[in-house]
Amino acid sequence: MRHLLSISDLTKVEALSILNTAETLSRVSDGPMKKLPTLRGRTIVNLFAEDSTRTRISFEAAAKRLSADVINFSAKGSSVSKGESLKDTAQTLQAMGADAVIIRHSASGAAQTLADNQWMSGSVINAGDGTHEHPSQALLDAFTIRKHLAHGNDDLTGLRVAIVGDILHSRVARSNVLLLTMLGAHVTLVAPPTLLPVGVESWPVTISYNFDDVIESVDAVMMLRIQLERMSEMFFPNAREYSRYFGLNKDRLVKMKQSAIVMHPGPMNRGLEITADSADSARSVILEQVTNGVSVRMAILYLLLAGSQELEIAQ
Amino acid sequence: MTTKYLIQGGVLANGTQSDVAISEGVISHVGSNLDSSGYTVIDARGSIVLPGLVDLHTHLREPGKEDAETVLTGSQAAAKGGFVAISAMANTTPVADTAGVVEQVFRLGQEAGLVDVFPIGAVTQGLSGENLSDIGAMADSAAKVRIFSDDGNCVADPLVMRRALEYVKKFDAVIAQHAQEPRLTHGSQMNEGFVSSQIGLKGWPAIAEEAIIARDILLADHVKARLHICHVTTAGGVEIIRWAKSRGMSVTAEVTPHHLLLTDELARSYNPIYKVNPPLRTEQDVISLREALADGTIDIVATDHAPHASETKECEWQEASFGMLGLETALSIVNLTMIQSGLTDWPTIVKRMSTTPAAIGRYVEHGKDIAVGNPAHVTVMNPTATYRVDRDLVASKSRNTPFHGMELPGVVGATFYNGALTYRAGA
Repeated sequence: MRHLLSISDLTKVEALSILNTAETLSRVSDGPMKKLPTLRGRTIVNLFAEDSTRTRISFEAAAKRLSADVINFSAKGSSVSKGESLKDTAQTLQAMGADAVIIRHSASGAAQTLADNQWMSGSVINAGDGTHEHPSQALLDAFTIRKHLAHGNDDLTGLRVAIVGDILHSRVARSNVLLLTMLGAHVTLVAPPTLLPVGVESWPVTISYNFDDVIESVDAVMMLRIQLERMSEMFFPNAREYSRYFGLNKDRLVKMKQSAIVMHPGPMNRGLEITADSADSARSVILEQVTNGVSVRMAILYLLLAGSQELEIAQ
Repeated sequence: MTTKYLIQGGVLANGTQSDVAISEGVISHVGSNLDSSGYTVIDARGSIVLPGLVDLHTHLREPGKEDAETVLTGSQAAAKGGFVAISAMANTTPVADTAGVVEQVFRLGQEAGLVDVFPIGAVTQGLSGENLSDIGAMADSAAKVRIFSDDGNCVADPLVMRRALEYVKKFDAVIAQHAQEPRLTHGSQMNEGFVSSQIGLKGWPAIAEEAIIARDILLADHVKARLHICHVTTAGGVEIIRWAKSRGMSVTAEVTPHHLLLTDELARSYNPIYKVNPPLRTEQDVISLREALADGTIDIVATDHAPHASETKECEWQEASFGMLGLETALSIVNLTMIQSGLTDWPTIVKRMSTTPAAIGRYVEHGKDIAVGNPAHVTVMNPTATYRVDRDLVASKSRNTPFHGMELPGVVGATFYNGALTYRAGA
């Protein structure tokens, strides 16, 4: 692995290796001394061309726990028309000696464009590109599901996961569909027909327009954030109606299997796609996802950058 | 005294082997074993000798974006591709919506002297879709505009389209419509389908093209006007045009070489070299387009040659410009997709790339047979020789060819425009 651009670049063995490495590294985060020297002297750039506090600080924490030097580069609007191009930015980072670039960008494919061109030589990690993918989010989601529901199994065989909400615009959904199905889970997408892409019928998933048909049978529900601007684009009539059909509320929460968990990649719109009592319920693993995110991102950085170095952790 | 040429040992489109002599701008002799004394001989053994190609859809970027292409460099690319007449689209800066701009482009074409450059006039002022441009002034100008198009933009307002179709009848002109329903394609990046669903680029649905084709065919029939559909890309669009023609309606249509060969699978690379409007579609659409070109449902091949400066292609897909080069590779791609595939023959290709485009554009000196007395617009091409496309060796000022690195069959050996040798391979 040189880059992490899409879940589709990973084999199942590689995906499991990231999860297993994250498992090991999570013990570091739990211990008294949270820092490993593994990436000392390496420079990692957080290139965030789109607002994102959570993912940026999660990667920053992961990199710092591995002793890397982290540079945060906020480049809002990196289009040719608006200012400096992605090419110029990449060449600048190359000139500064970046070993890896973690890129968040509003354009689908921006991470791949960065990796495919010869503008820089370092590793590229996709931290969310437009409406394409967000692979580290899917890996932390799979990690969280496995921890709670896999009963010691390596993969997610036999588990049922519902992803609910704006599938059309969701990079989290795209990465999760690829990863969860690769790991053996069965995925159901629950959304209004307007928020499912044309072509979704060929995805390896089940489609449902009715949350209530799905809620009782799943092991995990993953609620997606609804962007408020979708309303002005007429994807659904209004927020109340969306919540009624597709929100996770108390009524639906109590219908879930005893062991089932509630997930959300954040940031949440409380009261829109998820009610406060659902988000704060005992089923909710939403904050755990944040914690696991740091371990999973440490694993990604470690596997991409540490090369053949042995993972030595005081057990 | 101009140079006299003898094209020796080639085969005409109808399959007969024949020498062709060119003198004083016209074809002076056609026959076997012509005497070569006094002539500059062009060895055409193994080649086919075609009437010079005519393109109805070319972006030359001058005035306004001379860093991407000029009338001169576009003419050079055209001659290299075997073309003798090209049609400069109106979306320049300033827009070709007045007699002044179309006369400027026409004059630059004459000065370059490599092909006839026929300007296309804008349908509406500034391509804004609202008010008709100076249609009469452009038609009556030195450029004698006979094709009007807002290409790049669709004339979306049905009333504006109706008026345009009706009004240009006075000049025996045609409206060339870029069929794209704007509300269904706001921000669209690529064909809407399985690939777009996976890679997260906003879809450009086939229906957005088909709805406008259907509407405009009905409008044109209602007012008994001529309609030309630019760059058809969808199987559904082909079906609608086929239906219209079966009813005797007056519509013509074009397909680009890239839509005859490439599919939306290429977008998976996120390489904007494959970003074009209308977008690359599916394999099924490609098959339908080829069949439609063979059976005449689609009348002509047009390149939609769209040069772009490198910085508008070396960037994120959604920031990149739409468009790809087409003039220099058009004939070889048609050779590959239509002749070598066994779908059609050379006489049909002559119609699709010379006779019919000349007829649609009312380019009266073009599209004529290789026959004594006709203007010497001739393209010599070896259909079995191959070449590797190299974006660094193009005649165009831009390098945005999606065919870079491909081995294509069909090497243009020579192009004659009005009896002058405008391109010679290896020269």
